[in-house]
Amino acid sequence: MAQVRVLVGTRKGAFIITSDGSRRAWKIDGPHFPGWEVMHVKGSPVNPDRLYASAWTEWHGQVVQRSNDGGKSWETVGNEFAYQGEAGTHQWYDGTPHPWDFKRVWHFEPSWEDPDTVFAGVEDAAIFKSTDGGVTWSELPGLRTHSTGQTWAPGAGGMCLHTILIDPTNPSRMFVAISAAGVFRSDDGGATWEVATHGLESDFLPDPKAAVGHCVHRIAMHPSRPETLFMQKHWHVCRSDDAGRHWTKVSGNLPSDFGFPIAVHAHEPETIYVVPIQSDHHHFPADAKLRVYRSRTGGDEWEALTAGLPQEHCYVNVLREAMAVDSLDSCGIYFGTTGGQVYASADDGDTWMTIAEHLPPVVAVEVQTLE
Amino acid sequence: MSTIRVALPAHLRALAGVGAEISLEVPDPPTADRLLDILEADHPMLRGTIREHGTRRRRAYIRYLAGGRDISFEPTDVPLPAGVIAGEDVFRVVGAISGG
Repeated sequence: MAQVRVLVGTRKGAFIITSDGSRRAWKIDGPHFPGWEVMHVKGSPVNPDRLYASAWTEWHGQVVQRSNDGGKSWETVGNEFAYQGEAGTHQWYDGTPHPWDFKRVWHFEPSWEDPDTVFAGVEDAAIFKSTDGGVTWSELPGLRTHSTGQTWAPGAGGMCLHTILIDPTNPSRMFVAISAAGVFRSDDGGATWEVATHGLESDFLPDPKAAVGHCVHRIAMHPSRPETLFMQKHWHVCRSDDAGRHWTKVSGNLPSDFGFPIAVHAHEPETIYVVPIQSDHHHFPADAKLRVYRSRTGGDEWEALTAGLPQEHCYVNVLREAMAVDSLDSCGIYFGTTGGQVYASADDGDTWMTIAEHLPPVVAVEVQTLE
Repeated sequence: MSTIRVALPAHLRALAGVGAEISLEVPDPPTADRLLDILEADHPMLRGTIREHGTRRRRAYIRYLAGGRDISFEPTDVPLPAGVIAGEDVFRVVGAISGG
């Protein structure tokens, strides 16, 4: 029987929550790396027992943990992320030049083809690659040294490269998202990059339609339609149907189009999920109701999913990495909150159950479907 | 060689799988640099967690204490305090206190 493994990164460690394919009874294992902030845990699509975890503290910096048995045991691998050549500067919050400085790994993206090949998105924004299972890391410097790099500036959470998408049909094509620079696309495996933000508008920018400076919170792709991308931006939910060359707003009837995560249904490429947040000043759910909004039309027309979710006095947030789907039929949707709850739906989002409720603030959620 | 007693903060004890205090054999004259080189060689998972990669500078929120003194800002290529070399005092790696 199929199994589901939910990989949860929190402010104080990682948790692995498992169930059989019925998704009715859940077992929580952890914390792994207690006391460390776990920014992300993700498994290889080639070998699901190969996991990569990013653990970090302000005191001790970055540690990379690797598992070969689905998280039962872990080993520490390489944590040296050195920018290639002269690191240079980007813009600081006050507009002055600021040296590029590695802080932590926000995201691991294992390759579609090789469990030992994995990409890391880091703060200050850059992309690194390992081909030896995380033992050594090399920067792909074409991104950081992009002609616009000196103008990139951090969002409130730091200048983080938080999303890496790899086209499963053409692994040379990659997309990354950076707060607050925007989206970049590579068609040569990460050697060179071009801006992929045309059509985005951000009112906080001097030029709302500028090429860079957009605070993109998350982008998502369905593996069967790699030309189509969905975006939750600082404000606005958007989509692109030409691999990021042009974006259109599809916020439609959402109660707020501010939010952090966005996810795509495993079997319906036009079914997407967001969690509306009141505003950039109020990082809690719109109207204090924790509602997932689903669109079955790829945006514009949205319906609230509320069954099993708190509908009053709810002031948690759902962070950008904290929503994921399984690939069972029907599709399971999962998200974690800054209040330490992890919610799961086994029916496309129609109803929800709490599968963990007293964890540290949840930073990241990934899901593995195991046959 | 001198036998130096070292205490690590809790996060690093767990990471390295060591107890409250460990002993390291450090070539004479034992300095903080040499001590930390030996520590990182014996426990490679600690690389980058006390000193930064590349520059090998002490991380911002780390202090070195020995014999009741904060020696964090003293040169790291000079002999450790006599009490540490004699085994009477512990070289303590300490993380900044935070709470709230």
